[in-house]
This record gives sequence, C-alpha cells and structure tokens, in this order.
Amino acid sequence: MSFLLGEHMTGGYGAADILHDCSIGVEKGEIAVIVGPNGAGKSTAMKAVFGMLPLRKGRIVFDGSDVTALKPEERVVKGMGFVPQTHNVFTSMTVEENLEMGAFIRTDSISDSISQVYDLFPILKEKRKQPAGELSGGQRQQVAVGRALMTHPKVLMLDEPTAGVSPIVMDELFDRIIEIARLDVAILMVEQNAKQALEIADKGYVLVQGRNRFTDTGEALLANPEVRKAFLGG
Amino acid sequence: MVDVFNALTVLGNFLIIPGLTYGSQLALGALGVTLVYGVLRFSNFAHGETMAFGAMITILVTWGLQAASISIQPLPTALLAIPVGIVVTVVLTLLIDRFVYRYHRDRKANPVIFLIVSIGVMFFMGGLIRFIIGPGDQIFFDGTRFILKAREFKQMTGLDEGLSLRMTQAVTIITAIIIVAAMFWFLNHTRTGKSMRAYSDNENLALLSGINPDRVVMITWILVAALATIAGTLYGLDKSFKPFVYMQLLLPIFASAIVGGVGNPLGAIAGGYVIAFSELILTFAYKKIILYLGPETLELDSLVQILGTDYKIAVSFIILVIVLIIKPTGLFSGKTI
Ligand SMILES: Nc1ncnc2c1ncn2[C@@H]1O[C@H](COP(=O)(O)OP(=O)(O)OP(=O)(O)O)[C@@H](O)[C@H]1O
Ligand SMILES: [Mg+2]
Repeated sequence: MSFLLGEHMTGGYGAADILHDCSIGVEKGEIAVIVGPNGAGKSTAMKAVFGMLPLRKGRIVFDGSDVTALKPEERVVKGMGFVPQTHNVFTSMTVEENLEMGAFIRTDSISDSISQVYDLFPILKEKRKQPAGELSGGQRQQVAVGRALMTHPKVLMLDEPTAGVSPIVMDELFDRIIEIARLDVAILMVEQNAKQALEIADKGYVLVQGRNRFTDTGEALLANPEVRKAFLGG
Repeated sequence: MVDVFNALTVLGNFLIIPGLTYGSQLALGALGVTLVYGVLRFSNFAHGETMAFGAMITILVTWGLQAASISIQPLPTALLAIPVGIVVTVVLTLLIDRFVYRYHRDRKANPVIFLIVSIGVMFFMGGLIRFIIGPGDQIFFDGTRFILKAREFKQMTGLDEGLSLRMTQAVTIITAIIIVAAMFWFLNHTRTGKSMRAYSDNENLALLSGINPDRVVMITWILVAALATIAGTLYGLDKSFKPFVYMQLLLPIFASAIVGGVGNPLGAIAGGYVIAFSELILTFAYKKIILYLGPETLELDSLVQILGTDYKIAVSFIILVIVLIIKPTGLFSGKTI
C-alpha cells in the first residue's frame, strides 16, 4: 500500500464522470508525475485526491488511514499540502503574509519555517513585503510552493508548478522539488513539461480521458516508444 | 484680512465640521457594507436596518440607564449603552445568518439571490424595529450640548462669524477615527484579521490553508454588527432616531462603498468623505463667503447654491452613476478586503 493512494477514483463535477477508475499513488521521499494531454483529467484527479471533488467510487488512503470522507482542510491538518494549478497565491497579500496563511493551522512558532522557505527560494526574501499579485509568474509559483510547505506536509501535491516559467527557472524549480523530496516528503506532481518531469520522477502516470493509460517508473516511460510517440513528441 | 477669517469660519462651521461628521457616519456604514461584500460576496441591503436595530437597542438601554440616573457627563449616556447594543445586534445578525444566509451559502447560491434575500431581511428587521420602538422620532441625546459655542468663539476671536462644535460631532469624528484605526490594525496585524483577508482574496486557497470558513463568516458578521450599531447610534445622536431615515441612508452608504471600490475598506472610508463633502459642497449657500471675499460694493439676491438642499440625496446618486460609468471598480479598485 502506497503512502498516499487514490484508488479506483470515479467521479466528476456534475452528472458526467471525468475520472474513470483512475488510480494514483506515491511513496515517501519519492516523486510521482502525472502527464497527459490537456483536458485528460489530471487536475481533476489531483482535486479528487485532495477531497475537492465528490467521488462516486473509489477511496483515498493516506499514511495508513482512509481519508475519503475528510474535508480538504482536515486533510491539511493530517499532513497533506496542495498547490493548485491556478489562483494559487493570495494576490492582495504580501509574500510573507502568504507564507503565514500557509501556516494557519499551526500554533507553534513559524519563523523557522519561513526562513527555510527563504533559504529554498532566496528571491522571496527580497520580495517579502510585496503583494504576491505583483510578482512575476515564476516568483509567484515559488510563493505558491512556499505557502504549501509551511505546514511541513508529509505529501506535497503540485499541479503544474512550472506553468509559464522560463526553462532556467523550471530547472531550478525541479531542483528545489528534488530537495524537498529528499526531506522524506512524498511529491505528487502534474507536469506539462513531460520529458523533464519524467526524468526526475520515480514513478509516472499517463492519463488519457480520465483513465490510467500507462503506469511505470519515469525511466521506463521515457524509454517506451509508444509513450514517446504519443505524449513526448517523439 | 478679517474678511478672510470670517469666510473661513463660515466654511468651517457649515461645511467642514458637518462634512467630517456626516462623512464619518457614512464611512462607518460603508465599512460594514464593504466587509460583507468582501467576505460574503453580496450587497447587503439590510445594512441600514441593522444600523437602525443597533441604534434602537442602544436607545432602549440608554433610557434604562437614564431612569437609573446613571450617566457619564459630559458625554452622552448612549456611549455607555453601545456595548449592549452591539451584543444584541451581534446575536440577531448571527441568528439571521444561521437561519437565512447559511442555507443559501451551503448551496453556493448566486450573489443576486443573496441580495434579494437581504432585501427580505431588511423588511423583516424594519418591521421588527417599528414593532418594538414604533415609527416615530426618538431623541436620546443627553450630556453637554456644545463643546464650543458660536458666541464663545466670537468673543474669543472678535470675528463676526461664529464657529461651533457640538458634542455629538466631536464624539462622532473621534469614535470614527478610533474604530477605523482599530479595524485596520485588526485586518493587517492579527492572525484572524489576515485570515479574513485571505478568505476574501481567494476562498479556495484559504480552505487549502486550513482556514475555517465558518469562523471567518462568523467574525465578519460580528464586526459588521458592531460597526452598524456604532454608525447607527452616532447618526441617531447627531440627528435623531427615526427608523425610516436609516433606509434612506442606504443610498449614500452604498454610493460611498462603490465610489471607494467595493470590498476595499480604505476605499469605503475615502468614499464616505467624498460623498459627504460632495453633498455639502453642491448644496452649500456660498452667499456669505462671496460677500466676505468679493468687492465691498457687491450685492447678492440669491443664496448662490449650486443645488437646492432638496436635491441632497440626488448627489450621491449622480456620483454613483458617474463612477460606475467612468471607473466601475471605484477609486481604490476593490474586491478583496
Ligand atoms: N470546475 C469544473 N467544472 C466542470 N467541468 C470541469 C471543471 N474543471 C474541469 N472540468 C472538465 O474536466 C475535464 C478535465 O479537466 P482537467 O482540468 O482535469 O484537465 P487537465 O488534465 O488538468 O488539463 P490541463 O492540462 O489543461 O490542465 C475537462 O473536460 C474540463 O472541461
Ligand atoms: Mg490541469
């Protein structure tokens, strides 16, 4: 049994199902990557795992207990963190306030965690008094990841953390994500830059139309000619 | 030179002091409207009646205190009664939220539905108020009437014109400053205040950060009820308490909130003073000023008013329309608190 596992997830936003018997899991200290075409249901699968989508079938298991019935905010308390694909920062609040809000559930001192985030993303320290809405796309993604890290989650879920950032910043973000995984955090990530993401992935999922199409190690998926042809541009 | 001082005194007495007073009342009212809009995302038409309800409870308690001969001379006894008014209004507001608004919140109803529901709440509260205290005029002011009398000012300065400062005006302005400062401190420097701003900014992300939406909603209503009670009582002290007047106040209050950028607290305050001063400047009789400052031989038949005082209420309406056409987001482009 995986550390975090969404099993046989079936459900959608309204009457029609978007996910069909979809399963996704990740282990402690590992990086799992979900790739697939636009509209495949990758974000929907992430929302389902975090309890933001009503499931008709399937269950979510986290750290040995069934969390299917828990609300998103209760999962946060249990040790799950989520960075959504869009609207993932408080634009009218400063960088530092964003981090403080990330730590809202904590009652102990958070200054250590804030400096940890600043060590990870030094640019944020410089911009800490600036509203997050005034930052560049890449800096904003760093705020978004930093906010989710403030609770010291055991599993960090990232929906396209590198969307809209330059290749250099993307490499840097991937390096940071690897660093976070080394701290024994499980990382479940959706990525549009499939090739680069699978290179750092321990495990990869290819989703198509809400179904698991391929599931393997990152390496094996990169080597699979069928996957290469259809999803990695040859 | 004396003429200039006389003219300034007229301005101060009939425009600046009344403008600051009325502006403070509007600002406090608009702050409440803006909080509801920023956090609960609807235009609360019941806000005027909430002010009237809070003022009514305060008046009832004031009468009780007066009967028991408890007073805080030279300040009006009503100030002592306000905390009770706030508590009762908070209870009513939370009950209404629990039994009316929550139902629609759980269904994620459209803001228009909330708006219509709030109109229903407005009629309900209006009825309740008339049922308890009646539709008539209530005067509950006591304490010292004037801090500075026009006659004293004339003696002091030797000017022909007098400047007076009524106790209610001073109390209104000072209370507004204290409340606004406390409000901003709360929103910007406390964990709870920041969580309200976060929720107003991005509800979904607030949930993902473990912020409890029920708590945010509850605290918002508590603040709104407190602001409404204070604003309503200050207005009643300054003018008089008449239930239907509070419904009429709704227009300038909404105009203030929208002019400043609805959802933005700073905008609500600025908007309050913009509306108040616009009303006064446009309906002010400039005759005296011109006589003082113009050539000695000048004679004027009219009051030199841009608009008659009857058109007062139209001023906020016109400003509202102009703002909505030119800069619909308001001066401070609000949406979040
Ligand atoms: N809030 C929503 N309400 C209704 N339908 C939605 C909603 N969000 C997404 N969908 C639908 O669900 C399907 C899957 O969308 P999803 O966002 O999960 O795709 P995705 O794989 O993340 O795509 P992308 O790579 O573009 O981010 C799409 O057909 C989309 O139209
Ligand atoms: Mg997506």
